[in-house]
Amino acid sequence: MSARDEILARVREALAPAEVGSPAAEVGSGGAEVGPGYRTASGLDEDALVELLVDRLLDYRARVEVVTSDGLAEAIRTRLEGKRFVAPDGLPTSWLHPSLAEGRVTDSREAPVDVVRLDELDAVVTSSAVSIAETGTIVLDGSPDQGRRAISLVPDHHVCVVPVQTIVGIVPEGFARLDPTRPLTLISGPSATSDIELERVEGVHGPRTLDVIIAR
Amino acid sequence: MSTVNLGLPRFPSGGPPRGFGNISATEPFPKAAHRELGNAQLRANLGHATHTIRDKRLRVVSELPDWEALREAGSAIKTEAMTRLPELLTQFEEQFTARGGTVHWARDAAEANRIVEELIRATGETEVVKVKSMATQEIGLNEYLDERGIAAFETDLAELIVQLGHDKPSHILVPAIHKNRTEIRDIFLEEMPDVDPELTDEPRRLAMAARAHLRKKFLSAKVAISGANFGIAETGTLGVVESEGNGRMCLTLPETLITVMGIEKVLPRAQDLEVFMQLLPRSSTGERMNPYTSLWTGATPGDGPQNVHVVLLDNGRTRALADQHGRSALHCIRCSACMNVCPVYERTGGHAYGSTYPGPIGAILSPLLTGVEAEENSSLPYASSLCGACFDACPVKINIPEILVYLRGEDVSGGTTGRRRRSLPSQMDLALGAASWALSSGDRLGLLEKGLPVARALAGRDEKISRLPGLGAGWTQSRDVPAPPSESFRNWWRKREKEAEKGTHE
Ligand code: SF4
Repeated sequence: MSARDEILARVREALAPAEVGSPAAEVGSGGAEVGPGYRTASGLDEDALVELLVDRLLDYRARVEVVTSDGLAEAIRTRLEGKRFVAPDGLPTSWLHPSLAEGRVTDSREAPVDVVRLDELDAVVTSSAVSIAETGTIVLDGSPDQGRRAISLVPDHHVCVVPVQTIVGIVPEGFARLDPTRPLTLISGPSATSDIELERVEGVHGPRTLDVIIAR
Repeated sequence: MSTVNLGLPRFPSGGPPRGFGNISATEPFPKAAHRELGNAQLRANLGHATHTIRDKRLRVVSELPDWEALREAGSAIKTEAMTRLPELLTQFEEQFTARGGTVHWARDAAEANRIVEELIRATGETEVVKVKSMATQEIGLNEYLDERGIAAFETDLAELIVQLGHDKPSHILVPAIHKNRTEIRDIFLEEMPDVDPELTDEPRRLAMAARAHLRKKFLSAKVAISGANFGIAETGTLGVVESEGNGRMCLTLPETLITVMGIEKVLPRAQDLEVFMQLLPRSSTGERMNPYTSLWTGATPGDGPQNVHVVLLDNGRTRALADQHGRSALHCIRCSACMNVCPVYERTGGHAYGSTYPGPIGAILSPLLTGVEAEENSSLPYASSLCGACFDACPVKINIPEILVYLRGEDVSGGTTGRRRRSLPSQMDLALGAASWALSSGDRLGLLEKGLPVARALAGRDEKISRLPGLGAGWTQSRDVPAPPSESFRNWWRKREKEAEKGTHE
């Protein structure tokens, strides 16, 4: 018997026949008619969402600025001026000031930038798919304005734009907006470790600086 | 003479085979604990660590008004996943395969190690990078590969410290918690070929040394090995929850990704993540959310590894599943909250448990995976004061104390299979067996009570017995036993009644 068939047979044997797939057991997040019992919406308005997200991001020691959509290109320019950076090919062209053209390297799935080259760059700029205010979590889903996972990982400085309409209040609202079959990266502050005497050190292998621009 | 059945359970023989690997103690818990207790540095490091995480956890848990509802949901989803396991595993396999991944099945540690080795060989590589994973530690993958000329580099900072120090993890979340900063600096100076000889013991400097040490490895690695916190049956999605970004490096940059996942990690729906991504970070590091979580589904063209594998591991899990009373131990999401609140763990540390899984969860999971009749693990269910703190902390509400008590019963009665591996009954068996024999019949008890004056003679003039033989020695090591009374309660009661009778006649 193959390992697969044997393990499946063992599982079936382990469960008493009456228990297997019993509908009474289906009371998880999606199984119950009465709803899951925990919060599925925060009911916060836009101002409250932005305020909460900013508070959480600062708590993780990310840099945060809230700008109007008119001010977005300028906010990005001040962060990337004079730097060599990578941007995904789907990033809106209006976000990048012409003066940044010289330092820009464009990446796409079709024409990926080599990882050693990425390591030599100073920064990366991307958009984001969803942000969860309560936990200060920004989610990238590999859309063309966010790019391949490698580009937001290897450079040491991540400039991440959060369009205000992508902010939700709590975790269930966040997952409800995401497609789980896309490559997802949930980012809550810069990389960190507490492995040495539980003292938190920001910035280990991921970008050591997370620079969030919330655009409303 | 009538006897009373005291309800010590006995089960028919058979059941799924036990698991192997780093899930067995090499010596009984009391012996290991005794040695570890002598290490004052260890105890200081641990006390500081467990209290810090405990406080952080309490703070972020109390922030959520629906914490109890989330725990209920987490527990219910896990119960559902276990009862639907055959169907969910095949669904996961279908989905993962449909999206370009390959699924392998491993009956035990040896088979899983072999599969991983073959997959690495097929790439022609002799070096791999690794993300911290309980499952690969459980099967002893690093040692196995090392013996066969394949170097596996741990990339999590704490795992790196443990690996470079030729040591063993002592905590599932912060595996190097037993080492302080100076000890870590010394390990780095000794073991990192390119390290700055001026390295200080400041945590930031140490973390940066690790970053520099691993950077080249990440950028050139062709093969990565990971575990998984979840596997979603509905979509074939795998997830890794981490902090440092070493996980992202391993899951993103190499061409080949091999994930080893226990079969109990499968969840029915993608929506279930909304529950576990709230429960896990708050319970484990005491953060609202961990810095990084990666979710991937098979291979994504043009983004990340294109050669993607998952090894679904049994290694005793079906055995635990077959045990109706112990089954819920498989609900564990490896958050470590139970060990951080455990008074026994806090003092002995993780090494005393001998297994990859220490603390309260280890005390039930290890014997369930190997079978409690496996001599090495039979003392683990006694490594608890049954205070219940672990149950209160557990985000999926595993009733650890109840399972501990149940496993103690199993240990004494010979386990679910009756295939006890010991050739001679242990003293504990004899003692409890004798108690059972005596307590189930009034006449027998009476007979035994006749021995009381003898025991009294054992005690000195201070009316204390300060050294008992055999099993009792453990108890009297740290306390005195009062000398037994000159007569038993039952004797005294009988006499008292007789005297009362006399009284009424006179
Ligand atoms: S048993 Fe519960 S508290 Fe302990 S590690 Fe597992 S999930 Fe966490």
